[in-house]
Amino acid sequence: MPAVAKISTLRRGEAGRAGDDIRSDLHVSFEERASGGIEIGLRSRVELYYGDVIRRQVRDVLRALGVEHALIGIMDEGALPFVIAARIEAAVRRAGLAQGKSALPEAVTLAAPSPRDRLRRSRLYLPGNEPKYFINAGLHGPDAVILDLEDSVHYAEKDAARLLVRNALRAVDFGAAERMVRINQLPLGLADLEEIVPQSPDVILIPKVETAAQISDVVGAVDSITQRAGVTRPIWLMPILESALGIENAFAIATASDRIAAITLGLEDYTADLGVAKTPGGSESLYARQRVVNAAHAARVQAIDSVYGDVVDTDGLLHWGEASRAMGFEGMGCIHPVQIEIIHRAFAPSPNELEKALAIVAAFEEAQARGLGVVSLGSKMIDAPVVQRAVKLVARARKMGIIADQASTGEPS
Amino acid sequence: MSAGVATGLVTNAAGRRVPTHVNGREQAPYKGVNQHCPTGNKAGPPIRSSSDYPTNGDKRVANLETALRLCGLRDGMTISSHHHLRNGDRVALTALQTAARMGAKDLVWFPSASFPCHEPVIDLMKSGAVHHIEGSMNGPLGDYCSHGHMRGLGVLRSHGGRWQAVQDGEVRIDIAVIAAPTADFFGNADGSHGRSACGSLGFALADSVYADRVIVVTDNLVPFPCIPWQIQGNNVDYVVEVDSIGDPSLIVSGTTQITRSPDRLRISELVARFLRDSGIMRDGFSFQAGAGGIALAFVDYLAGMMKQANVKAGFVRGGSTKYLVDLLSEGLIGYILDGQTFDLDAVHSIASNPRHVATSPFTSYNFHGKGNFASMIDAAVLGATEVDVNFNANVVTHSDGRLLHGIGGWQNCLFAGCTILAVPSFRDRIPVIVDEVTTMTGPGELIDVVATERGIAINPRRQDLLDAVKGKGLPIRPIEELQAEVEKICGGKPAKPRLLDRPVAVVKWVDGTVLDTVWQVVDDNPYAPKVSGGE
Repeated sequence: MPAVAKISTLRRGEAGRAGDDIRSDLHVSFEERASGGIEIGLRSRVELYYGDVIRRQVRDVLRALGVEHALIGIMDEGALPFVIAARIEAAVRRAGLAQGKSALPEAVTLAAPSPRDRLRRSRLYLPGNEPKYFINAGLHGPDAVILDLEDSVHYAEKDAARLLVRNALRAVDFGAAERMVRINQLPLGLADLEEIVPQSPDVILIPKVETAAQISDVVGAVDSITQRAGVTRPIWLMPILESALGIENAFAIATASDRIAAITLGLEDYTADLGVAKTPGGSESLYARQRVVNAAHAARVQAIDSVYGDVVDTDGLLHWGEASRAMGFEGMGCIHPVQIEIIHRAFAPSPNELEKALAIVAAFEEAQARGLGVVSLGSKMIDAPVVQRAVKLVARARKMGIIADQASTGEPS
Repeated sequence: MSAGVATGLVTNAAGRRVPTHVNGREQAPYKGVNQHCPTGNKAGPPIRSSSDYPTNGDKRVANLETALRLCGLRDGMTISSHHHLRNGDRVALTALQTAARMGAKDLVWFPSASFPCHEPVIDLMKSGAVHHIEGSMNGPLGDYCSHGHMRGLGVLRSHGGRWQAVQDGEVRIDIAVIAAPTADFFGNADGSHGRSACGSLGFALADSVYADRVIVVTDNLVPFPCIPWQIQGNNVDYVVEVDSIGDPSLIVSGTTQITRSPDRLRISELVARFLRDSGIMRDGFSFQAGAGGIALAFVDYLAGMMKQANVKAGFVRGGSTKYLVDLLSEGLIGYILDGQTFDLDAVHSIASNPRHVATSPFTSYNFHGKGNFASMIDAAVLGATEVDVNFNANVVTHSDGRLLHGIGGWQNCLFAGCTILAVPSFRDRIPVIVDEVTTMTGPGELIDVVATERGIAINPRRQDLLDAVKGKGLPIRPIEELQAEVEKICGGKPAKPRLLDRPVAVVKWVDGTVLDTVWQVVDDNPYAPKVSGGE
């Protein structure tokens, strides 16, 4: 083998982070070699406990990536195996190797696939390149976790975050939470889809959508990847409208594909587009929010609100959430797990509302059973739309677990 | 380490190998909970006569050196100190350094706890002035001991166990040096006032009563009488006035912030819900929680639930912080019986609120006494470094065997009606629930609940608790299931670090028996903190 000629083409790559203030991540420096097999230099916080396990994993991952000769240096801050695999793969790919190959971690059993109209009160944002937040995210009981590849990830780390999120979708048990991924804007988002879609995310959030055509591009990619990868679980889409144009086109976007389960909006970008300040009261975005609610209901998809940015102000969050529900939204985003419970409270019907609704539903059912066309409660006649709203409210309260399943069915007959 | 400091290893009732002799003194191996109840009399200090003390009550001497000389300082003596000044303490180190300068050798330092500020004691051990430490060791001192550099064996005791050892005569204190934030010339002393105020002086009480000689060191000398006093001047030989006994900013912290870590908040909330849903949280109940991140958040959640249920606690045991003090002022708790105060709000409260009372290890913890407060507590929320599937727990060493924490009141608190360990299920990929703890600090029969972010395990011995929370929506899971889940996440069972077959310290149980041995660590972890200036 002409070793001398080879040396000049030997490639290097680095990925991940290490240091005293880093937890649950690692730094990998990879250097291709012409011969000599795999040489590993490992420094780990958990050397005493998992040093041998890590070295074995490094060899397994490199084998899967088709690397036979390399020097690999690892500074490990107690990263879990799915993170180690992702960082090594990122370093090797940055060296220009392992094209078309990947080292996938063992897959956990997933919760049941998401129905299109699933409860989506809260979605917990997890920065896509911060592995330490992943493993326990589901424990906090959000309706969904959202692994973010867009705004929370630095441009230079998009490739690494994509692999980390891909591995998390396979290896992390998010419990009952729906698994969402926010991809980047197209065309970068298409590369995200290649890695993400084969791992059956339940929902893909598409940022900064302005036209129905953009949805078609994503749908085309998702369709072809699911087919190629043999993905059978449903993958829903949630476009995020973040500009004046996007808001104007809300209905066209919401109806652009059967895969769309919900639409939501991003107020930071929207107010920037309008050139106005984002205020706590939110009067500047009132139209946009109402437009999204109306378009969503017209398209028979869910309207989901933006996030509330002040983690400490729990009262403010509760008021925002209650107002949001009153407007017709069905949920909103969370940037910290402490917001989850408050949001669930905000989007729950009040005991008073629920009591009324249950009475109306009971009256409706009784009228049905007796073959009466008119529903009445006490001395009042109840109009059909009122019945319909009560039935919806009871059904939703049941989904939230606020009332037990064995009570009135609440389903319209 | 000289030969013979730890000899005659036997297996005790907890199945741990322990020495029968420690630092030349015969030991009783651990026999089981409530099994070691010796009879006979307590130890006592020598009889003194008031004719040997100034009739005007003025026991002041010029400086610490004079006081130590008058106390008859000589080689091999045991010198004690308390840790109420925490990492701001200047007195203990100064006393030992002064003794060393006076030429004393082979001293035994018997602190109620040591802190990073005491790191220079390593130099005194190297020079031969200090032979070994009997007291909690962590940080650099812990590493020095863990690596086998100390000439004698470390002896780790709980706060209650320290009182027991002194009163039972297992440890004879030759000279007690008591740092006092306020004192008068007679030696009456207190911790609640003065620029170096620390709250209680309870940890120094045994020393003041049982030591041969007692020196009070203060930077706030007030005219007789010092009111209130916790240390009685009638037990004090000499009073030394100094410019400063410590750094106030390190003695108490500013307001401690509640953790924002989602996982720790979840654990705290689960513990509070457990107390509520098990029925332990009821009118007149009592609890104890420390001042760690989880404990503070737990108190916050519990307070919310108490308000909602209109329930008031009869009394609460500190260490106290602003959070407990606020509950006291709101009338949500009747009394704080306090071992130590951690922040300024708590110091001010103990100085001014008659319902905020300073206690001592005698009243709170001593096992060889006519009862103690610890067993009267309905629920204690504690931490641990490891817990095994039989609910035995470790609080003194890291999983790699290095000394990490003192026992504090931890062992004593296990006697509460319900003992809850609030711990993350893993730290840095290292599972907290293990097959066997590295160092047994508390027997599983006294540990009732292990609360992690992944669920709550209840000791099968506590069928009453299992029944009480059934159907309440809490994530109650067998401890083995939690262990298996975490091991799956972490990539298998962690390897057991190799330890040398050479004792460096022993862990005493509350009754003075030897519960376990701390073994010398092998320095092969590149990430383990290095011993500063190790031999």
